Amino acid sequence: MMGINKNASQVIAEIVSNKKVGAYHHMVFAVGELAKFAKPGNFVAIAVGGESSSMVLRRAFAIYRAFDRGTNGGLLEIVVAPHGAGSTWLTNQSVGFKVDLIAPLGTAFGIPTEPIRALLVGGGYGSAPLFGLSEVLKNRGCRVDMVLGASTAMKIYAPLDGKRSVSSLTITTEDGTTGITGKVTDVLPGIIETNQIDIIYSCGPMGMLEAINQIAAELGVVHQCAVEEAMACGIGVCMTCVLPIRGEDGEIRMVRSCIDGPVVDGSSVIWGSKRQIPEGTWGAN
Amino acid sequence: MFNFRTSLGQAEFENPIFTASGCAGSGKELAQFFDLTELGAVVTKSIMLKARSGRATPRMAETPSGMLNSIGLQGPGIDLFLEKDIPWLREQGARIVVSIAGESVEDYAILARKLRAVQGISALEVNISCPNVENRGQVFACQPATARAAIEAVRRNIGGDLPIIAKLTPDVTSIVEIAEEVVAAGADALALINTVLGMVIDINTMRPKLAGKTGGLSGPAIRPIAVRAIYQVHEALPNVKILGMGGVASGRDALELILAGASAVSVGTATFGNPTAVIKIKEELQNELIAHGFDSLREAVGYAHRKEVNL
Repeated sequence: MMGINKNASQVIAEIVSNKKVGAYHHMVFAVGELAKFAKPGNFVAIAVGGESSSMVLRRAFAIYRAFDRGTNGGLLEIVVAPHGAGSTWLTNQSVGFKVDLIAPLGTAFGIPTEPIRALLVGGGYGSAPLFGLSEVLKNRGCRVDMVLGASTAMKIYAPLDGKRSVSSLTITTEDGTTGITGKVTDVLPGIIETNQIDIIYSCGPMGMLEAINQIAAELGVVHQCAVEEAMACGIGVCMTCVLPIRGEDGEIRMVRSCIDGPVVDGSSVIWGSKRQIPEGTWGAN
Repeated sequence: MFNFRTSLGQAEFENPIFTASGCAGSGKELAQFFDLTELGAVVTKSIMLKARSGRATPRMAETPSGMLNSIGLQGPGIDLFLEKDIPWLREQGARIVVSIAGESVEDYAILARKLRAVQGISALEVNISCPNVENRGQVFACQPATARAAIEAVRRNIGGDLPIIAKLTPDVTSIVEIAEEVVAAGADALALINTVLGMVIDINTMRPKLAGKTGGLSGPAIRPIAVRAIYQVHEALPNVKILGMGGVASGRDALELILAGASAVSVGTATFGNPTAVIKIKEELQNELIAHGFDSLREAVGYAHRKEVNL
């Protein structure tokens, strides 16, 4: 088990941009020095609702991009889907408003040392951390293909400048409003085979990650995924965001997705274990 | 010079703001944000005899001004805990209150024996809000006899003068009755209150949201319950020190518990929303006490109980 991200710190961050993009909000925060520590896969935890809010817990968002601008201070960008009271409150805040923000948190996507062929798969706003990742991979000489899926076109997050860093982009929607009608998993086997993919990086809802993992396992492709579990604190103290993971010693443990994740090796996750502790888990009784 | 010192049983503390059991990880996570010696004490998660996976997810539901949790006491078990967590906390120079929990009276006895010779522990918090496997899963703290048996087992086995703080649940008809019972059984101080049992039903799935169905409610939503419990127990047992907790999110809130009768205050859920909440609360509390004209924390403890004086 790992410790908390050693670069994590708490800052009061000003909103410098807040723009609606499809079903989401693209938000930029002035965070100062900590931007330089943010890696693709890391997340931020933001306090919501203001001082006298009845919402007592932070909200976690994957970092979309980070810019270190030296003495001018760094920027962190996130993509927010306003689906609950907390995220809706956040997207309603104007430029100039200051929020209490902790970052960078959690693990980052592992970057290969060799120029390999990577496939990035995102569901809905789960695409956000993949664009920063694709830039890093491209700079390492990797070929990067991307597949983004959502229920409908409005929920595909694929900014123009993001698209430039990938060799190919395939989009799927369940209602067929854009791209191929269907799910990301319908197109994955073909792309993996055609482009001789070595590694899959994914981010999105747990059901999608599980389905991707099955394909990765069948085709013998390494799979790193950023998991999405409900968190209360984001810093490893509340023990609510756990998921069962098989460690290198073979033991299954309930580990914190905010500390040992969100990026985990897909093959180490005991999938489909919502609402039950997998048999044989360390300390199960 | 304002005197912030406090005590629970024999144990003295530099200041009255502690973490709450199960809300501070191993201490390492919070140490990323502040120096643990800033705290009156670190109260560890409730540690059990053996490793526990805890419950399945979902384990958490946010509620108005609070949250429901159903962690199920996930932890490494006492042996690994003593080998890893305690030495690390000691190295930081933190004051340590170890919280323990058992499934049987014998568990409490064994845990106490394992802890009696451990260096660097200031007090023992005995969490008796756990299901007793020998009594149809009934919670120890819900009945005078079982509450008493658990505390007696610790008292008989702990030896020396390590203070025992019995942590009680508010989910009883009379918390005063339970408090009197555990004090008679040898508790030096009381921790009030544990979470309040609750449930959230997901209206989409139309089932209980938590995998464990019920969960413990914490956060500002339960603060008036904590204030009431502390007030009642302090009134009945004015000489027994109380570690108060329940929805404290500001210095003002901490003062409320102190006025009710708490000698120290644990901060739990507020830490989830803000890792530096304990530091903020400590500073705010000192300012509040000074603003109210107190020269020491001790003067404020139980101040809400003073007699009316007609001038």
